[in-house]
Amino acid sequence: MVSDLVDVKNNGSEPSFLKYAGKGRGLKSWIFSVDHKRIGIMYLISTLLFFAVGVTFGFLMRLELFAPGRTIMDPQTYNSIFTLHGVIMIFLFIIPGLPAVFGNFFLPILIGAKDVAFPRINLLSWWLLILGGLMAVTSILLPGGPADTGWTFYIPYSVRTGTNVSLALMAAFVLGFSSILTGINFVTTVHRLRAPGMTWFKMPLFVWSLYATAWIQVLATPIIGITLLLVAVERWFGVGIFDPALGGDPVLFQHLFWIYSHPAVYIMILPAMGVVSEVIPVFARRTIFGYKFIAYSSMAIAVFGSLVWAHHMFTAGMSDTGQFVFSLLTFLVAIPSAIKVFNWTATLYKGSIELHPAMLFALGFIFLFSIGGLTGLFQGTLSVSIQTHDTSFIVAHFHYVMFGGTGFGIFAALHYWWPKMFGKLYNLKAAKISFWFLFIGFNVLYFPMFVMGWLGMPRRYYDYLPEFTTYHRLSTIGSWILITGLIIMFWNLLYAVKRGKVTHEKNLWGGETLEWSVDTPPTLENFNEIPTVTAGPYEYKNNEIENKKVEDVV
Amino acid sequence: MSNSPLAVHADHAHRDDIGSRMGMWLFLFTELILFGGMFFLYSVYRFTNQEAFHIAAKELNTLVGTFNTAILLTSSLTIVLSIVAIQKNNRKLSIYFQLITVALALGFLVNKFFEWSAKFHHGIYPGGEELLAKSKGEILFFGLYYVMTGLHGLHVIIGMVLISWMTVYTAKGIVNKDNYVKLETAGLYWHLVDIIWIFLFPLFYLIT
Repeated sequence: MVSDLVDVKNNGSEPSFLKYAGKGRGLKSWIFSVDHKRIGIMYLISTLLFFAVGVTFGFLMRLELFAPGRTIMDPQTYNSIFTLHGVIMIFLFIIPGLPAVFGNFFLPILIGAKDVAFPRINLLSWWLLILGGLMAVTSILLPGGPADTGWTFYIPYSVRTGTNVSLALMAAFVLGFSSILTGINFVTTVHRLRAPGMTWFKMPLFVWSLYATAWIQVLATPIIGITLLLVAVERWFGVGIFDPALGGDPVLFQHLFWIYSHPAVYIMILPAMGVVSEVIPVFARRTIFGYKFIAYSSMAIAVFGSLVWAHHMFTAGMSDTGQFVFSLLTFLVAIPSAIKVFNWTATLYKGSIELHPAMLFALGFIFLFSIGGLTGLFQGTLSVSIQTHDTSFIVAHFHYVMFGGTGFGIFAALHYWWPKMFGKLYNLKAAKISFWFLFIGFNVLYFPMFVMGWLGMPRRYYDYLPEFTTYHRLSTIGSWILITGLIIMFWNLLYAVKRGKVTHEKNLWGGETLEWSVDTPPTLENFNEIPTVTAGPYEYKNNEIENKKVEDVV
Repeated sequence: MSNSPLAVHADHAHRDDIGSRMGMWLFLFTELILFGGMFFLYSVYRFTNQEAFHIAAKELNTLVGTFNTAILLTSSLTIVLSIVAIQKNNRKLSIYFQLITVALALGFLVNKFFEWSAKFHHGIYPGGEELLAKSKGEILFFGLYYVMTGLHGLHVIIGMVLISWMTVYTAKGIVNKDNYVKLETAGLYWHLVDIIWIFLFPLFYLIT
């Protein structure tokens, strides 16, 4: 893919990582490479491919819901499609989307290291992702049909249904293992490989968020691993664990499932918050406001986020005390998230704001995440949760957080770091246009879901009452606008890799973190000499540094 | 990339023993939590089915369980001795102790095999008629028994493979007096296998 990429020597004397092939040749020099940057790019390609599949399923779902009754598919297909949409988007796109792609590529560079602590385990975790992805895809194609349980695999239906649930479960198990290995690698890397002078509170905030994420990956993922494995064992051998027919308790399954899956949403959102914390100070030309609070709040989210799982189960049957405690904890977890939002907006205040595409996506993140976060509080409220439970209100809420939050965070990261990764510039105007398509399309797509959910439209339903038609129709039209935005954005980025203007400018946007001090694209070992860090990551000399405007560079 | 392969072969030799140990410890945490999910299920089901668990646990042979516990504890000792031996630069003795560890692990599995076979013979296995005729609490007990000891057995096998691998490394001299962190981390893993059994043994065999 990069044969014609970089044929000029870089600023330094060594070839870039894109050009350094190592032992292998061609494809082999990629899929067997232990270079964290190459692995990052491989993760990028694979997660974006899975994203495309997930988007297609989402698009088909919306198309089906354009009118009441049958539109383009039968109910069984619809059930499978929303299951696969969930499984693929969660396990194959959002979870690896930031930590595995940009974490791999930039974590070592940001802390002044040559690679991660365990490069070979890093490669192994990519292979496990591919293996898990292939298993998920195989489960679609095999006779028996794709899983139709929803991504939550609730018992007892997941034990009874004849579809290929076991294979989908094992796919999720393997993907969890991949995620655990990445987590172990990152925790060790942050502890052991920081450059001299890179103290904990000189680390960029993206590193802090990756560190918090890695801990959740290490501590929460094994629970889902064992839970899904037990369901599979129950299906294969008829062992009585969760199935009520054999004395088991299905609600216990839900507990174990959410003990992982709630912290997992913080695996998804924390790195995106890290990206926003990187992008905003650079394009506001200001030191980040409340650095330590943002760093601590990442850790606080990791801790509190692990204690709120049962708010997914308010209607599943739980003691009043349990409901009260989990509702309270849910409200508490909003505090560290709010701290971040306030700090970002305070950073913008009196900043010299430049609406670079990465900045637009970061601002989009703050707006959409705030809506998603506040509607999350609705559901933490016991009385309201009864009304909105299992309605499309929930669907809207978590898409605002996961897509409007994490998704836009990923897009911000793409626009922020793309030229650094490939040494090619993309078209700024096209990128901005794509943002507006995405932002408007997103709101048209998901906001009606809040309204109809409030009015009682259940989630995951194939059919609906005629009074919901307008909302569904609006939502489907929104999906078309959104997809137009996605096409423009990815076309723009991919075109840049192929034909974009070559750049060797080290510091494209005037950032102060370490990645802007290395070659563009970075050399194999990132640094010729491990740097000694003396200043914090966002210490701009003046409020408005001497800097060139972005347009001057491009 | 398709151009001539560049002749830069940077030396990636990077050694960090503390980092390696830290990575293994983190992995052991994940293993503990993996089993923790099942211990959690065990405690809930034990609480809700006290009578049934009491009856079911009586069917397990405490003698075999005790014997297996002794075997695993001894194997933990031998793996430690193998590390001490390599630290004192006695490669032969280290290999010797590693082989004993693997042999003990094999002994454990053989015991387990006969124990399971006896149960199967009596129709007490998932889906077996004898078991399904019992109360739901007992079905749960044996479900957990098979899954937990089964997964533990799988870990014993993985541990055996790891230690045998280290034996090859020791023989080749890759694991030596100055660089034995690989053997050490394999040893850590083996202690985990041991410690999980230390909890399984009382929960299934001793408490009735």
